[in-house]
Amino acid sequence: MPEQQAAEHQSNPAEEVGAFLRERREQIAQRWADAALLRTVFTVSRDEAVEAARTVVEALAAVAASGRVADSEADGFAVVREQLARTAQSRARAGAGIAQISAEMDALRPPVTDLLLDELSDAPAEHLRECTTALTVLMGTLRLVMLETTMNAGQDLINRQRLELLEIATPVIKLWEGIVAVPLIGTLDSARSQVVMEILLDAVVEQHARFAILDITGVPTVDSLVAQHLMKTVAAARLMGAECIVSGIRPAIAQTIVHLGIDLSSVLTRASLADALAYALQEQGDHIVPNPASAVEPR
Amino acid sequence: MTHSTGSVSACLPIHSDLDLVRVRQHVRQMTAHLGFGLVEQTKLVTAASELARNALVHGGGGQMECAPVTTGGIRGLRLVFSDQGPGIADLEQALSDGYTSGEGLGMGLGGARRLVHEFSIDSRRGVGTTVAVTSWISGPPRPREAH
Ligand SMILES: Nc1ncnc2c1ncn2[C@@H]1O[C@H](COP(=O)(O)OP(=O)(O)OP(=O)(O)O)[C@@H](O)[C@H]1O
Ligand SMILES: [Mg+2]
Repeated sequence: MPEQQAAEHQSNPAEEVGAFLRERREQIAQRWADAALLRTVFTVSRDEAVEAARTVVEALAAVAASGRVADSEADGFAVVREQLARTAQSRARAGAGIAQISAEMDALRPPVTDLLLDELSDAPAEHLRECTTALTVLMGTLRLVMLETTMNAGQDLINRQRLELLEIATPVIKLWEGIVAVPLIGTLDSARSQVVMEILLDAVVEQHARFAILDITGVPTVDSLVAQHLMKTVAAARLMGAECIVSGIRPAIAQTIVHLGIDLSSVLTRASLADALAYALQEQGDHIVPNPASAVEPR
Repeated sequence: MTHSTGSVSACLPIHSDLDLVRVRQHVRQMTAHLGFGLVEQTKLVTAASELARNALVHGGGGQMECAPVTTGGIRGLRLVFSDQGPGIADLEQALSDGYTSGEGLGMGLGGARRLVHEFSIDSRRGVGTTVAVTSWISGPPRPREAH
């Protein structure tokens, strides 16, 4: 390619793509507003879709101008991350999976490529190829940024649900005057056991409980950390004036605790929640009289 | 000779509390699948929980390799926990009950050793720690008696 001809065009294809995007921002935004991705998100107002598209085109132009078309961490993308995240969330809520969102992102590329080809119709073939490659890479990076935000949104949702679960899964049941029970279900990690301890101590205070039963039937694994949490909870309850009983230690878990070498002798344990309740009632001096009709043999 | 049956071996990352849950679930599923009894399942899962947590807390994260093994027709499960953490300066001390450099009970390492049939540990200061454990479906295989 003769040198003078090359000099007519900007030397850096990425920069040229940046300039092109800025110039054609309006046209691109109009076309994107009708693409599936934005149409399905901005169902009410097309103007909003155009506006959203404009900011994305601007961000792309900034990234291209900086020459970092392949860098998903480029500053230009920072501006649109939040907007992309909202778009992705909205698509995900509508039931679109990652693959579909990815395909919809991909569909944004052809309209821009067409415009670029138009614009460069009399540029040398080599230059045209470099520019379209830069644009393709840039759009690929945008798609990556979008997918990243989609997955982060998914992770946020999971984390939030996990936090919610921490609280929902720890109900306090008042079994009797002065006796509360907390049936534990699931993993008792450090965060969870902190919540359990707080909820239990609150209940002890509020209900003036003398006995608190921690039922671990639903806890799959009792290792040294879980055992330590249980002991701490028991000790804290004791300081509040309540006796804590741990119930629901299954035989396999009991054997495992023994092999592990953990000494739970400082903890009052009972095989089942019913046994724990019976113990607490007896200690309180409440007597449950069996129904005479069922206790007495019919004559 | 003990050899890996290969087909369903797996490698799980240990970088978060959530990974610990996955490790336990994986070991539970594998032991159940291989036909371990409930007590042996619970023991191995608990040992895995201790060793994975040590890799996470003391080793700064690592991984668990899990592979079914057989020897003399007896099936078992072998778990290898490795990290690139600070290593353990005094193994005997670390294995003794009640020793902790943090705020734990100090029962994890020694307890894990008691919960499994085979236990080996290799730790180098500044390089990392690798703990390998194996449990067999019905007790450790006995060496064939010489006639
Ligand atoms: N993977 C490891 N890397 C470095 N140090 C370790 C590792 N595993 C164990 N240790 C050291 O050995 C000590 C004893 O471990 P052990 O698991 O018995 O107790 P712990 O983790 O402190 O408490 P817990 O009873 O809650 O497990 C630890 O405190 C730590 O100093
Ligand atoms: Mg430990």
